[in-house]
Amino acid sequence: MSLAELVAGIIVVALNAYALLGGADFGGGVWDLLARGPRRERQRQLIAEAIGPVWEANHVWLILAIVLLFTCFPPAFARLGTLLHIPLSLVLIGIVLRGSAFTFWRYGGGAGGGHGSETERHWGVVFAIASLITPLLLGTTVGSIASGALGEGGRGKGEGFFQVYVGPWLTPFALSVGVFALIAFAFLAAVYLTLEAQERELQEDFRRRALGAGVALFFAALAALLLSQRWAPRVREALIFAPWAVPLHLLTAATAVTALAALWRRRWRVARVAAATQVSLILWGWALAQYPYVLPPDLPVEAAAAPAVTLRLVLAALALGALVLLPSLYYLLRIFKSRQPSEVP
Amino acid sequence: MSDLLAARSQMAVSLAFHIVFAMVGIAMPVLMVVAERRWQVTGQDVYLELARRWAKGTAILFAVGAVSGTVLSFELGLLWPEFMRFAGPIIGMPFSLEGFAFFTEAIFLGVYLYGWERISRRAHLAAGVLVAVSGGLSGIFVVIANAWMNTPTGFELVAGRAVNVDPLAAMANPAALPQAVHMALAAYAATGLGVAGIHAFLLLKDPSNAFHRRALVIALLVGGPAAVLQPVAGDFAARHVARHQPTKLAAAEALFETTAPAPLVLGGWPDVAARRTRGAIEIPYGLSLLAFHDPRAEVKGLDVVPRDEWPNVPIVHFAFQLMVALGTYMALVALWAGWRGWRGKDLAHDRRLMRALALATPMGFIATEAGWVVTEVGRQPWVIYGVLKTADAVTPMPGLIVPFLTFTLLYCFLGAIVSWLLYRQIIRSPRVTE
Repeated sequence: MSLAELVAGIIVVALNAYALLGGADFGGGVWDLLARGPRRERQRQLIAEAIGPVWEANHVWLILAIVLLFTCFPPAFARLGTLLHIPLSLVLIGIVLRGSAFTFWRYGGGAGGGHGSETERHWGVVFAIASLITPLLLGTTVGSIASGALGEGGRGKGEGFFQVYVGPWLTPFALSVGVFALIAFAFLAAVYLTLEAQERELQEDFRRRALGAGVALFFAALAALLLSQRWAPRVREALIFAPWAVPLHLLTAATAVTALAALWRRRWRVARVAAATQVSLILWGWALAQYPYVLPPDLPVEAAAAPAVTLRLVLAALALGALVLLPSLYYLLRIFKSRQPSEVP
Repeated sequence: MSDLLAARSQMAVSLAFHIVFAMVGIAMPVLMVVAERRWQVTGQDVYLELARRWAKGTAILFAVGAVSGTVLSFELGLLWPEFMRFAGPIIGMPFSLEGFAFFTEAIFLGVYLYGWERISRRAHLAAGVLVAVSGGLSGIFVVIANAWMNTPTGFELVAGRAVNVDPLAAMANPAALPQAVHMALAAYAATGLGVAGIHAFLLLKDPSNAFHRRALVIALLVGGPAAVLQPVAGDFAARHVARHQPTKLAAAEALFETTAPAPLVLGGWPDVAARRTRGAIEIPYGLSLLAFHDPRAEVKGLDVVPRDEWPNVPIVHFAFQLMVALGTYMALVALWAGWRGWRGKDLAHDRRLMRALALATPMGFIATEAGWVVTEVGRQPWVIYGVLKTADAVTPMPGLIVPFLTFTLLYCFLGAIVSWLLYRQIIRSPRVTE
């Protein structure tokens, strides 16, 4: 494995962590929006308590991936920034509104951090809607990359503004990946929330949601697969004919079935591990399918890579950073994800 | 509005917005940690109340700082893809390190804000210290990357491409130290005096309220020394600019012709067409003395470069004067407060001092914005000084006025909300008697 491949792999690891942690925070926003029934407010309260201490740390995985991309694969970053300007700008607006609205909602009230009043519910709505739009567009950019539409200058599709700056991402396939990402994040969030909930009724609420999202995820995957035939043939071919493809799909299917079965039998911890593994395997399937390209069809990992000295230094910094980061993250998650939730200060 | 100007404006708005929250994110944790430590030592509940309220304000400001910082990391590619294509491998290193520092800050801020009842007192204080340290480090790493744009090192330019890249030499660029020191002090001075100013304003009405009195002392202890040291650091930075970026200093001082000895130009309006500054006060030998510590030294003027490589002289000159004037006021007020405190006087009952401090509340932030205008506008037309022009770095995407207006509106909206939330929190401050 070359240095460049190693860094590319680490970027996928960062994206994987972002999907499992940050993604679930977005998924929490989706369930906030869809909160229904007699326990509506308690559902929202649970979601806010689950997200509160960790969302900022979870968000940094995305920043890490972006920084590694622009340091180690600058031509890929430049091309993404140019051709996906519009969806990425919208993602940013979503990220800004989601984060600030959540904080205003949780901290905007009086000294007690109470919520439930009219203005504070407005922030809850902004938080929830931004949580819906951001994963959709993030998934769309991934779909656009996978479909190979970001070729040299985007010129493959013509010269006009629409062809260059809109055409590459506004495709049925890219949008189907967006929908898939949204459902996957909602699925993860619901599965995690069954563990966070301390009351049986709330657990049942999120169990039903998790089961529903798990089934919806299957149909979203099917839709993306069907659309890939016309819009992303390269990735589709790899996902079907590569030597790793069949074992990967079997494993993914096994985790998906395990997750649903565990939810059905209320084995929350098993469900959490299975759901997280399932989403990770799908992400790695995408990464493997477009290997050796950072941006298919014409920007391979090796050609896009920064000079070796930069890659070596970044890897050294990553090793050093991991020594600080991993124990800190473990500490954070141990404090907040293994005991009774408490009040916001 | 041209696409280049729209892109520059969007970047300027994004940076100007983010910098306020970034500074508060660097310095506020120091204040809250000091307050918490005072509570642990003295057992006075007023310090705990202070630490919790400051933590709450920090939570709001840090969150907005984190998301607006994310916007900036993406905007580097959305607006300046050619800059990143060139600079990424050379200067990505400090951004990677900043990533880890920021990660640590976010993790331990979560622990600090939500962990009051979950971890021991000692662990809680340690989490606050880690937030303060990693916040300071992440600011320093970002400033190092900016310093490289001013004094690029760590590569050789061959036919427009960078070869022999050395990211460590790029990090050790000559402007890194003076800029990092100047900015770190700015964060502590602006935030410290900003908080002190708010409490001074409230003490004018209620001079015996122990809550505000304790807050004032802590804020002054953090902001005061930084404000006093800042003119020294500024002198260090300016002498550095005189040697390494002569056109930036010339624009800041509105010095059109290379002159020896050069006078210091105070105020006035630079008439670029006539190449002279109208209505200014000139102090003979002043600039030579300040820039080179030698009254006879030659100071390079704008005439050392062709006219099309001049930055916008009136903007840079005005911003520089504004920064120096506000910084001077802050240093003097900090000295005054320090002297009164040293003499054992009751600061809160000194109404003139309280008024002077209240007046200084926004000054550090305005001065910092002005300082960034000097360093960024003063570097134009270059994005990497002497290497890459801003016009050659911008994205080819048309219609950039749309994202510029969108982000400007978004930030105006968020700025208004944050101000309102902080105002609400401040007017609800408790009444505590001694």
